[in-house]
Amino acid sequence: MTHRWGMAVDLDRCTGCEACVTACHAENNIPTAGPEEAARGRAKHWMRVERYWEGEFPDVSAKFRPVLCQQCDNAPCEPVCPTYASQHNEEGLNIQVYNRCFGTRYCANACFYNVRFFNWGNPEWEKPLNLQLNPDVSVREAGVMEKCTFCIQRIKAGEINAEAENRELKDGEIKPACVQSCTANALVFGDLNDPESAVSRLAESPRGTKLLEDMGAKPKITYLLRETWHESSVKS
Amino acid sequence: MSQASRAKQITDDLLRPLLHTTWKFYLGVSFLSCFVLAGLAAWGYQMYNGLAVTGDNWPVFWGFHETNFVFWIGISDAGTLISAILRMVYAEWRRPVTRCAEAITAFALTIGAMFPLVHLGRPWFAWWLIPYPSERGIWPNFRSPLTWDFFAINTYLTSSLLFLFLPMIPDFAIVRDRTTGFRKKIYSWLALGWQGYPKQWHRLELTMHIMAIAIIPIAISVHTIVSFDFSMALVPMWHTTIFGPYFVAGAIFSGIAALIIAMAVLRKTLHLEEYLLPIHFNNLGKLLFTMSLLWGYFVFNERLTTWYGNEPSEMAVFWTTQIGTFAPLFWTMVFCNFILPFPFLAIRKLRTITGCVIASCGVVVGMWLERFLIIVPGLSHKPLPYSWGSYMPRWPEITIMVGSFAAMILLYTLFSKVVPIISIWELKVGEHYEHQAAKALGAAEEAGEVV
Repeated sequence: MTHRWGMAVDLDRCTGCEACVTACHAENNIPTAGPEEAARGRAKHWMRVERYWEGEFPDVSAKFRPVLCQQCDNAPCEPVCPTYASQHNEEGLNIQVYNRCFGTRYCANACFYNVRFFNWGNPEWEKPLNLQLNPDVSVREAGVMEKCTFCIQRIKAGEINAEAENRELKDGEIKPACVQSCTANALVFGDLNDPESAVSRLAESPRGTKLLEDMGAKPKITYLLRETWHESSVKS
Repeated sequence: MSQASRAKQITDDLLRPLLHTTWKFYLGVSFLSCFVLAGLAAWGYQMYNGLAVTGDNWPVFWGFHETNFVFWIGISDAGTLISAILRMVYAEWRRPVTRCAEAITAFALTIGAMFPLVHLGRPWFAWWLIPYPSERGIWPNFRSPLTWDFFAINTYLTSSLLFLFLPMIPDFAIVRDRTTGFRKKIYSWLALGWQGYPKQWHRLELTMHIMAIAIIPIAISVHTIVSFDFSMALVPMWHTTIFGPYFVAGAIFSGIAALIIAMAVLRKTLHLEEYLLPIHFNNLGKLLFTMSLLWGYFVFNERLTTWYGNEPSEMAVFWTTQIGTFAPLFWTMVFCNFILPFPFLAIRKLRTITGCVIASCGVVVGMWLERFLIIVPGLSHKPLPYSWGSYMPRWPEITIMVGSFAAMILLYTLFSKVVPIISIWELKVGEHYEHQAAKALGAAEEAGEVV
């Protein structure tokens, strides 16, 4: 049976520590932009932690929401690409074919989660940071789009290992960098086609919701609402 | 004046720009070329360094380049369309106007079609849009509005160039017969062996009839498809059914304004006061007024439905244009497109050549702003407030934009230097009709039929 990769994000567990963001940068060879370029909107974070303030001072609380590519089943970024650089693979991932992209940036406009990023210039790393590049991930040249791949290099490695050892993949065996680095276990990754997997069970949770669900993109990431919010809304 | 001497005068007047060149022409061309070269240099700089040198950013991935693309395609939309409609309804006053209009389409469209290349991250791969039989079996994605654009613009460009070229053939023959040497060779080649046989006239007329009818749906479709680039995406205030007709109306609106300005400049610089008459400006002014009202109606519709619908992400865009960051641009647009042209075009006494030109200048500025305000505020206010952003152009985009305006004027100047900008033969046909009518009237009077 083919896999259908998905994720669950427990908003109650997320502490906003941004370890996932850092891990993602390291794993996927995402260069940092520097303060000036970042202020111009040139920072690339395949994974970001959105921070929203709630309440009036002094009763203020910060709410965090990790946002990454939602790997939509009905992805708005895919049909608009004139060259098929943005497309669906057989495991339900929205893949970006760097070599086929010529940089119209239409996919980024069509994506209402704003999780697609453009290579405004060629990536650069100050020495000796160039030595820590991940050899499993290609660096992207100026003029192409990029986005979260669910660490497709790790997925492929896991599948190949399992096949070499002639066995089924175990649930939780494959972990994207963000999931692996999440100290609070707020991120859970797995196969949505396996009803017994942790992510499948969480996707069925009554706390489960989708980001901008009414836009109809059928995202494969389930956000688990905060219990505190849930309880108070039930009471009132 | 006899009919023959009048015909000779028309030929002399309209061929003068081709046969006599003053230092002013060379000065103007060099001046404009500097700006065009600066624009090309800026494009080269941008290609070398990547789009990092522009103001585009996350989340406003489209900015000035796309604004200029829509603006120039818009300007181009009117020329051929007006000419085709006026030809179809046999509007006699069209005769000195059609070629000026068709030339605007040809050049604005060429410039507009450059901008999708300018905006690409890797423009050297733009040929991937052509559906060529690839060894890997990869075609362009026919579901993408950008692919539709590619075909729509190429269709319109091809048909507009044909539509411009066909009625030039008899005029090329006139120039051929008046020149010597190298120039005679070129014009003989361009005249395609035109000898003025009845059969040739008949074929030309028939072809122009067919083209005039066929080109109207093409002109409408091209700007509708440009609007699809926006309305197909679920971006707040992009995703609306009004965009097709709204873009077409705006395109005709800005195109007429450009035509009026071009005609006024030609009239002064080439001394065509006897040919481009106040009546032409008056008629085009009325048309511009109609389009101004139509544009205002569309904006009112778009804004009212958004406001009444009160959808949160759309309202963010609505308020930023109404009273927020983009409000100064929005109200300047309303002033330029509606309030300023209104008195100049609605009051007959003010609808003079100067009045029409003032209104037209306003409309060109206003319509550029309209394209900008469609693209940028929506992108900067997408549904997740965390990813809101803004946009500020930087010098490469501005230089390329200035270069595109200079290129338009330069191409038009060069064109009016090598082609009679007013169709000689069409004007003569018009004079002939008038003469015939006058003669018929005279004969009728003599016979006592008219009291």
